[in-house]
Amino acid sequence: MNQPVNSADIHKAIVEQQAAQDRRKMILNGVLLVFLLAAPFMMYPVFLMKILCFSLFAVAFNLLFGFTGLLSFGHAAFLATGGYTTGYLLSNYSGLTTEMGILAGTLASTVLGLGFALLSIRRQGIYFAMVTLALAQLVFFFFVQSPFTGGEDGMHGIPRGELFGLISLDDNMNMYYFVLAVFIGCYLLVQRVVSSPYGQVLKSIKQNEARAVSLGYNVDRYKVLAFVISAALAGLAGSMKSVVFQLASLNDAHWHMSGEVILMTLVGGMGTLLGPVVGATFVVNVEYQLSQGPLRDWVDPILGGIFVLTVLAFRSGIVGELQKFVKKNLG
Amino acid sequence: MTMMKKLLTSAVASALMVGGAQAEISDNTVKIGYLADMSGTYRDLAGPNGLAALNMAIKDFGGKVNGAKIEVVSADDRNSPDTSSSTVRRWVENDKVDLVAGMVASSVSIAVSKILEEHDRLGIISGSAASSITNEHCTPNHIHYVYDTYPLANGTASAVVKEGGKTWYMLTADYAFGHALEGDVTRVVEANGGEVIGAVRHPFPTQDFSSFILQAQASGADVVGLANAGADTTNAITTASEFGVTQSGQTLAALLLFLTDVHALGAETAQGIQLTTGWYWDMNDETREWSDRFMEETGVRPTMVHAGIYSSTMQYLNAVAATGSDDAQTVRQQMMDTPINDMFAKNGKIRVDGRMVHDMYLAEVKTPEESKNEWDLYKILRTIPAEESYRPLSESKCKLVK
Repeated sequence: MNQPVNSADIHKAIVEQQAAQDRRKMILNGVLLVFLLAAPFMMYPVFLMKILCFSLFAVAFNLLFGFTGLLSFGHAAFLATGGYTTGYLLSNYSGLTTEMGILAGTLASTVLGLGFALLSIRRQGIYFAMVTLALAQLVFFFFVQSPFTGGEDGMHGIPRGELFGLISLDDNMNMYYFVLAVFIGCYLLVQRVVSSPYGQVLKSIKQNEARAVSLGYNVDRYKVLAFVISAALAGLAGSMKSVVFQLASLNDAHWHMSGEVILMTLVGGMGTLLGPVVGATFVVNVEYQLSQGPLRDWVDPILGGIFVLTVLAFRSGIVGELQKFVKKNLG
Repeated sequence: MTMMKKLLTSAVASALMVGGAQAEISDNTVKIGYLADMSGTYRDLAGPNGLAALNMAIKDFGGKVNGAKIEVVSADDRNSPDTSSSTVRRWVENDKVDLVAGMVASSVSIAVSKILEEHDRLGIISGSAASSITNEHCTPNHIHYVYDTYPLANGTASAVVKEGGKTWYMLTADYAFGHALEGDVTRVVEANGGEVIGAVRHPFPTQDFSSFILQAQASGADVVGLANAGADTTNAITTASEFGVTQSGQTLAALLLFLTDVHALGAETAQGIQLTTGWYWDMNDETREWSDRFMEETGVRPTMVHAGIYSSTMQYLNAVAATGSDDAQTVRQQMMDTPINDMFAKNGKIRVDGRMVHDMYLAEVKTPEESKNEWDLYKILRTIPAEESYRPLSESKCKLVK
């Protein structure tokens, strides 16, 4: 027991452990990828696309909430802005290819995100949440009033069009693989952001903002950038959703949606990369399964119950709890 | 020779068939999907009891149509067009659903009708109010059965003006639906020699109506028109009752109000309100007989939407039986060719734009003294003939009207 410890050995052991962890992650991601590629042959593609869009939305939200510690209560505004912008452009300018429409939608919510961020970032905690909620309500009322959104009726019959003017997206399979590709791209982007030095600063802001400031970081700038990236990805999710369903509606702009994404992130596990994806899949599935069955009168109370249970008993969500379990028993 | 003859007859037969559809019931099953708000704000007016009405119709029809079995699937629309559209897409693409019934929120109905058009299936919308459903959003694949905002505005406004309510003050929900309704009412009021002397717009949704109601009271108008819907209308009525609007001689005209809303408000609060309805349970023996059976099933009296779901399902099954087909266009044509005469409507007719036109009724909510039981809520003041009620085809923006 009292053998002298060689620092090179320790280093080696850490590297090996790291490598083993990376391998495990690689295998997990590989299995997930194969599953996602094969999924539309086993399940209904439109439903899968819905899950992917909401997963992306939750991933975007989690970048801000889980990694930076900013609870935005206005993310529905970005989802809706992306959706309405893309929907409007694709419906009215037939020369526009689908990816251009989606890009424009993403850009619009990025700009909106910048505006939100500049106004709200100086406040923390509940005040930050309230400012974002208030701004999102402004956006909601703008969409309610604007004639181009169709108000309560919503915007309908948005053409799916052709990707790069070549591949018809009217085919569910083509659409699915396009959505999947975008989703994976964004997921990798968020992964990169989180593990980059920039991401480390975000995490330090979450843990102790005062210390980050004292270390000489311009915290506000980091937070604004995180907010803008999050808004852009949320807008992208909304844009894709409007193309998938060929409609954009007020539901996306309503504060319920901002609440739902919080639920997804918390249930899945905030602050983990896979958590929001699992959470979104879980919530969308629960809603769907319940709405078909005899419990359909109870969807909202059941979701509320799950929320309470998560917050009280499983703070770190499905993925967080699993990680803890793996670490405790297998690590 | 016989071969030739056979070919010829089948050619003639299929040529006679509208759209060349085959006269058969696909997979020997008629599958009906019932989609409605089962858990949210619109639960009471359609909801689970609408499904009960649908099942009553199937049972009364005999459970089978031309030997083919009738299956029902149902889902909660969560008042969300994307939830509904993924449900309905799955229904038509994977589950071979032939008819989608129910549908309340207009965004849901429009989203669903686009999918039905894409896949050439049929939808019968019973719960929605928006008249745009058979106007700019019309498709050859849906029918709008029970009512829409046009007769509600038209019926209530013209009747109330004729009853002497010359000056109006509008309380309008500040979004497209409210503006459209306000516009319709203003047009009708002025056409009948009345005058809109003022309007106030409230945000959507609003909980506290006191300042708006006070403005309406101060205006001194004969009639306060409520160009809003759902919880906004009931909130406004509750506040108006607290401020004694009807007691002080002003008439409240609600444009979109269901029996279940009035029941929830109670006769005490809602008394004296005038409204237009497509149907009322206590109109004649036929409606009472059906409503008694409905009440046995569900424990409540039916709204016009429940009755409409029953009636339209019956019409649909009759059309399937008559044509021996569940093809959307064949059945729709048959339904258009057959006038509707049942407990729901007399001489109802489905127009080319998908609008079912029938007589509407101007009703007034009874006072607590007049009301004999909790569901005895309306007096029917006047029947508004079908041709006066609905938007004439000459004003239609529907692509099917040429």
